[in-house]
Amino acid sequence: MSTQDTPTKVIADYEAGLAKADSTVANFDRDDKSLIHVLRNFLRSYPTMIPALVLVISIAVFSIIAPRFFGMGALSTVLKQVTVTGFIALAQTLIILTAGIDLSVGAILVLSSLIMGNLAVMSGLPALLAVGIGVFFGALMGAVNGILVARVKLPPFIVTLGTLSIFSALTLWYSKSESIRNVDIEAKAPALLWFGQSANLGGASLSLGGLTLFILAGVLWYVLNHTAWGRHVHAIGDDPDSAMLSGIRVNSVLISVYVVAGLICGFAAWIAIGRVGSVSPIAFSTVNLASITAVVIGGTSLFGGRGSIIGSVLGAFIVGVFNTGLSLAGVDDYWQMFAAGTLVIIAVALDQWLRRASQ
Amino acid sequence: MSAVKPILQAKGLLKRYGTVVAMSGADFELYPGEILGVIGDNGAGKSTLIKALSGAVIPDHGSIELDGREVHFRGPEDARNVGIETVYQNLALSPALTIADNMFLGREWRKPGILGSVFRQMDRPRMEKFARDKLSELGLTTIQNIHQAVESLSGGQRQGVAVARAAAFGSKVVILDEPTAALGVKESRRVLELIRDVRDRGIPIILISHNMPHVFEVCDRVHIHRLGRRLCVIDPKQHSMSDAVAYMTGAKLPEGVTEAA
Repeated sequence: MSTQDTPTKVIADYEAGLAKADSTVANFDRDDKSLIHVLRNFLRSYPTMIPALVLVISIAVFSIIAPRFFGMGALSTVLKQVTVTGFIALAQTLIILTAGIDLSVGAILVLSSLIMGNLAVMSGLPALLAVGIGVFFGALMGAVNGILVARVKLPPFIVTLGTLSIFSALTLWYSKSESIRNVDIEAKAPALLWFGQSANLGGASLSLGGLTLFILAGVLWYVLNHTAWGRHVHAIGDDPDSAMLSGIRVNSVLISVYVVAGLICGFAAWIAIGRVGSVSPIAFSTVNLASITAVVIGGTSLFGGRGSIIGSVLGAFIVGVFNTGLSLAGVDDYWQMFAAGTLVIIAVALDQWLRRASQ
Repeated sequence: MSAVKPILQAKGLLKRYGTVVAMSGADFELYPGEILGVIGDNGAGKSTLIKALSGAVIPDHGSIELDGREVHFRGPEDARNVGIETVYQNLALSPALTIADNMFLGREWRKPGILGSVFRQMDRPRMEKFARDKLSELGLTTIQNIHQAVESLSGGQRQGVAVARAAAFGSKVVILDEPTAALGVKESRRVLELIRDVRDRGIPIILISHNMPHVFEVCDRVHIHRLGRRLCVIDPKQHSMSDAVAYMTGAKLPEGVTEAA
């Protein structure tokens, strides 16, 4: 094969040493023992620990500042406050994992809750059927977003900015700008308020909605980390072209993500009715940005592909703890917004610091 | 040779990107059990040809036949489902996912029993063991941790992962677009050996490469692509590398071929 005139002679020459090549798996002595390295490696391996630590520290700090804060009473109040935001943050996490963003989640929530309320209270449908129809419309609105993003290939920001206005307009048209009062719901469709009930656990009242939030977060965590669909969602957010070449049906998965997000928002509408006790077309106007805040504080990257569902729940809690803690400490409301804004920036800065492997 | 039918055949493929012509009537044949080299100048349309065969590009005109039956790939998943596995130049790996997740992307193994059928749980341990075995077969022993995200690998290691993936799952045809471009001497040698191994398993291979010594060493036939179409197919034992370079750059015309106007 390697006679004088064959073209491979040169290759055979320089490859002669390969027979003696080392075949063990590479191994290095570790010299990254300084505290900052250990901490960074730990946080890099378990990114969810960052929001978890922030949550624990902020609870501790607020308990010192405002002694009333520490105790199950205040904490279960926080849980009640963040339940709806938490649900929307779960939906938002799925979208952001695909490198998208959904500005219409709040509008889907409100329109779904109005559909449930109107059908059950005004039209007298059985409450559970009304809920089912409301959730269905939530998924349908998600599908509209998904089809515009995946098939028409518009940027998610633009699509959902548009559908935010459209869904909000439909909300006002459908509700004739009227709220549904709590007394009417209690009289005609008490099942709509089911998730507002609380279970008493050792002095703390745990609302069923809050409990359901944890269950849904657990389910989504499992789906994202242990099923093929979850891996595909990550891969698409990471690099859509590679995902397509790897044989993933990018468009179908994208649409399914938006549908699931709409479904979660529709379900959250039921929770929201239970939480507030009434249905109003102008409620939950801040939930869009609050959900994005929670997701970012929870460590999910806006560039897609990386993040965690548990982090988003923790992120929602951190914002809730700051709001409740600051108000218990007697600080004015606008400083709560200030704190949330600061948290977002710190969270992203921390995230960047962790990612930079070269330091 | 005339009695043997091509396993993968393309006729008159045409593809335009706007006004840019990437393929103008490209023909292509791959016979069972052979290693076919595809060489050509930059911009000759090699990658577009390969993408048409792997389903990533849908040609405007022309037909593709697999085992004598016309196929219409709507996406890479269609080509994969019939057993055509491809290593692309950009490797098509997801940086944030682990090595095993990447190798099994789009064809994840599920746990046996109710965990897999109802709860759709992936069988991570089995997937990871398989991935480790395939990487070791390829001699990629510098990968320390199979749970590593692909973004933490070097360029060569990433290419190794992509090649291992294609070799492990290709059942009809394996297409390699510049598989050794980022690899070291040892790994390149292993890839060439692996190409022969795969061929010995009876699976034909298409090798696109700028590395003439590699092409001339392993290939049974060499398809020379020029200006969006096949110029000629040569036998590497009958022609020298300088002939091939002359043909693909247009310095010389092969016998019996007239340059298209």
